[in-house]
Order: sequence, then C-alpha cells, then structure tokens
Amino acid sequence: MAKYLLLKHYRGAPAPVNDVPMDRWTPEEISAHMQYMHDFAARLEQTGEFVDGQALAPEGTWVRYDGEGRPPVTDGPFAETKDLIAGWMVIDVDSHERAVELAGELSAAPGAGGKPIHEWLEVRPFLAAPPTVTE
Amino acid sequence: MNEALLRSLTPSVLAVLVRRGADFAAAEDAVQDALVEAVRVWPATPPRDAKGWLVTVAWRRFLDARRADAARRRREDLVDEEPAPGPASAVDDTLQLYFLCAHPSLTPASAVALTLRAVGGLTTRQIAQACLVPEATMAQRISRAKRTVAGVRLDRPGDVATVLRVLYLVFNEGYSGDVDLAAEAIRLTRQLAARVDHPEVAGLLALMLLHHARRAARTAPDGSLVPLAEQDRGRWDTASIAEGVDILQAALARDRLGEFQAQAAVAALHADAPTATETDWVQIVEWYDELARLTDSPVVRLNRAVAVGEADGPRAGLAALAALDASLPRHTAVAAYLHERDGDLATAARLYAEAAHKAPSLAERDHLTRRAARLNTLRRH
Repeated sequence: MAKYLLLKHYRGAPAPVNDVPMDRWTPEEISAHMQYMHDFAARLEQTGEFVDGQALAPEGTWVRYDGEGRPPVTDGPFAETKDLIAGWMVIDVDSHERAVELAGELSAAPGAGGKPIHEWLEVRPFLAAPPTVTE
Repeated sequence: MNEALLRSLTPSVLAVLVRRGADFAAAEDAVQDALVEAVRVWPATPPRDAKGWLVTVAWRRFLDARRADAARRRREDLVDEEPAPGPASAVDDTLQLYFLCAHPSLTPASAVALTLRAVGGLTTRQIAQACLVPEATMAQRISRAKRTVAGVRLDRPGDVATVLRVLYLVFNEGYSGDVDLAAEAIRLTRQLAARVDHPEVAGLLALMLLHHARRAARTAPDGSLVPLAEQDRGRWDTASIAEGVDILQAALARDRLGEFQAQAAVAALHADAPTATETDWVQIVEWYDELARLTDSPVVRLNRAVAVGEADGPRAGLAALAALDASLPRHTAVAAYLHERDGDLATAARLYAEAAHKAPSLAERDHLTRRAARLNTLRRH
C-alpha cells in the first residue's frame, strides 16, 4: 500500500563490504549477479510487490532552458559529480519494515568470489496522494 | 448499460458458483470472464434476467476451464452436467464473501485487492491502475490472495471489524485511473450495511458520506489542497451530508459507540457548521476524548490538540501537543499551525518549512511550503 524506491548508486554511497569493482569479477560472477537481480524482480512480481526496475547509464547530459527561441544549453557529464545513480527498483509493499527487508535481500546480490556485495542501497518512500480522511 | 449495476451482481453470482461446488479461485476467474463478456455483449443484446445470464455464462466458463485443466492432467472422470441449484442458503452468500476477502490471514494490500475484485467486480486492470502498479503485479497479488484463502470455509461468520478496516483502506486510497475508489468504497459499504445490522457499519458509511461530500471543495482547480477552514462550503454535497447525518444519528441512538461512529460525529459537526468560525469545537474535543478512550491512537490525540487549540485557544492546544511524542507524523505541522494562531509567525514559518520537509504527500508538502512562504512574506513587510 506504500511505494518505495530502492536506489542503487555508482558513486556517493558508503563503500560496500565486498568492495571489488565489477570489471574485476569473473564473467561467471557477473552472470550470477545478473541472475540474482533478475530472480529478485521476478519473485517480487510473484508476490505482487513489483512496480518497476531500471538501470541507468553512468553518463548523462545536463540540460537547461536558455531563453525564448534558443536551443537549450547542454553540459556535462561532470566527472566530479559526487552522487551518481546506477538504477532503481520501485516496490509497493505493506510496510516500511518490508521495504527494508527487501532492500536487505537485494543488497545480498553476489559479487566477487560469489559472496554477497553488502552494497548500501537507499530506501526512499514515495510522496503519496493525501488520504481522504484527514481530521 | 449501467456498469455499477452489473458489478453489484458480482458477489451473488460468485456465491452461486461456489454453492454449486466450484472452488473460490476458479469461480472468481469464471465470474470475471462473464463480466467482461457482459460488457461486450449486453449493449447490443440486453438480457432479460441479468443475474441469470451471468450465472449461466460464468458456470459455462468454469466448466470449460475445468475441462481444459482436466485434459491437461489427462483425467477423464469429469461430471460436467449442470447441477440443480441447491436450496437457498441460510447464510447470506454476499456477506460471506466480504468476510473471506477481508480474512485476517491476508495482508492489507491483498485484502483490498481481493475485495475490489471478488466483491466489487472490478477488473485486475482497473485495480492495478487505481493502485498505480503494473497489471501483472496486481494479477499476482490477487492470485496469491486467492490461494491464501483457498482453505477457508465460506459458511462461518467472520469478524465485521476486519471488513470495515479493509473498506476504510479502500476509501482512503482515493482515486486514479478510471475508477473512483472512494465512491466504490461507499457502494461496497452501503451494500454491506444492507446486510449487517451493526452500528459501526452504519458509522463507517456515515463517515465516508460526510467526507465524500466535501471532496469537490478539498482541492483548488490547480490541484492544491484547500484546508477545511478555507473551503467553499457552498460546494459541499448537502444531499450526501444529510444522508450521512441521518445514518449516524440512527446508529448513535443504539448506544453502542465505536470508533467509526465517533469519527463520523466529528465529521458531522464540521459539516453542520455554516462557516468555519461557527464550528462547535467544544463538542469536537469531547468526541476526540471518546475516540481516545476507544482507540488510544496517537493520531487521535494529535487531532484532539488541534481541536483544543480551537476550543480553548492556541496556548491550550500547544500544551496538549507538548504531551505528545514529537516524532508523530504531522506533529510539526500541527505545532506550526498553533504557533501561527498564537501570533508567533517566526516560529510558525520555521515549523511549516520543517513540516513540509517531512510531509508524506506531495499535496501536503506544497500546502505547507506555501504556508511557510506566506508567513515569511508577511514578516518581511
């Protein structure tokens, strides 16, 4: 009954326990990681809690309005940007505790050596529609 | 064709199939198929007996599905002639469905979804849109819910309080997509009230009608929230208010007070005031005292602090607020409001900004941010 965003960062999160960059994993370890993520999403769909999951390219473009009749200004990517979102999963669950539980499971995705990454994920509640009964 | 009428037949058609021996999950699927078929076929060829038509089509669908299922499993010992409709059941089938769909073994989200489908006759797609989740997710949520209650027998009365909690959740879900869940909750509660003689069912129905009556006035054309005191009372639905008040009075006369009746009483006192300043806050405080006695909910005590602030002045409200846990949702917003009433605009503006930061909904955040901005502008002049 409440939606949460599970946010995965390329940069900006505290270091995980199993802190080996993905390009130094074996191909099999990468496959196992991908399979885990896939299975996790499939399982959430089965439990009726899955809303959306997407991965993002690390590099994007900054855009802003530059006045009437002018094309927008673009800039970046900025290599120094501290916080870099890697992707997200949106879940619809009964409680905050359940959201935390699921984020914990997602953080256990296997990395180097087939061991859990213990990666830090950010859990953010959606701003919902206001309830009908307020007073 | 009236879709609400069609959907109101859903629980009784489903009950017929279950009574004929179909298991709940398969019967529910078959009834959904029949509803979809009705929407397609009825505009051109309306049936003479709507319910009979639905029962016939749903039963045929159920047999087809069972036959396909049996073929898959290479079983051939099926008896598929239509059984004679059994004697009318002593228990109300529709009522049993309410209990089943609100069964305590279900999570709140599952109970809401199953109630909307099996009792309300909504399609999975409509429920998914209303709850803002993908259709596949909602389909799974519903089929899991059906599995969870598969072993529950339909012939025992359940606890009406669990049903009321589910209907209250449906009402508070609001609306998006093409289904108005608040209106649907009212329809389902009205249908329940016609079957169960219970003052709390009446209390919940009254509460919903009284709140629904104010809906048009709750939001400005730009979608922003209009607080109760600033609402255009001319836009309140007086027919809905009158009905809610009548239902509530009849319930209260039975002297079996419960939380929904008490909440409805507060809503009725607001509805009764021709202007915000004429609100009977003293009586509202008394109802919150009753509610606190009935539920011991911190949210009730927070609302009570607001009412005390109106009845006895903002200082009294702040004193009542001081006794409550500051981490309660909306505590900061209430504090901001009471400080504003007390004339301490600097503190109020700071607290409004802080409350906006913690607001659980976008509309509330915007509202609180605007309050802070307004006070900060006033202070600069």
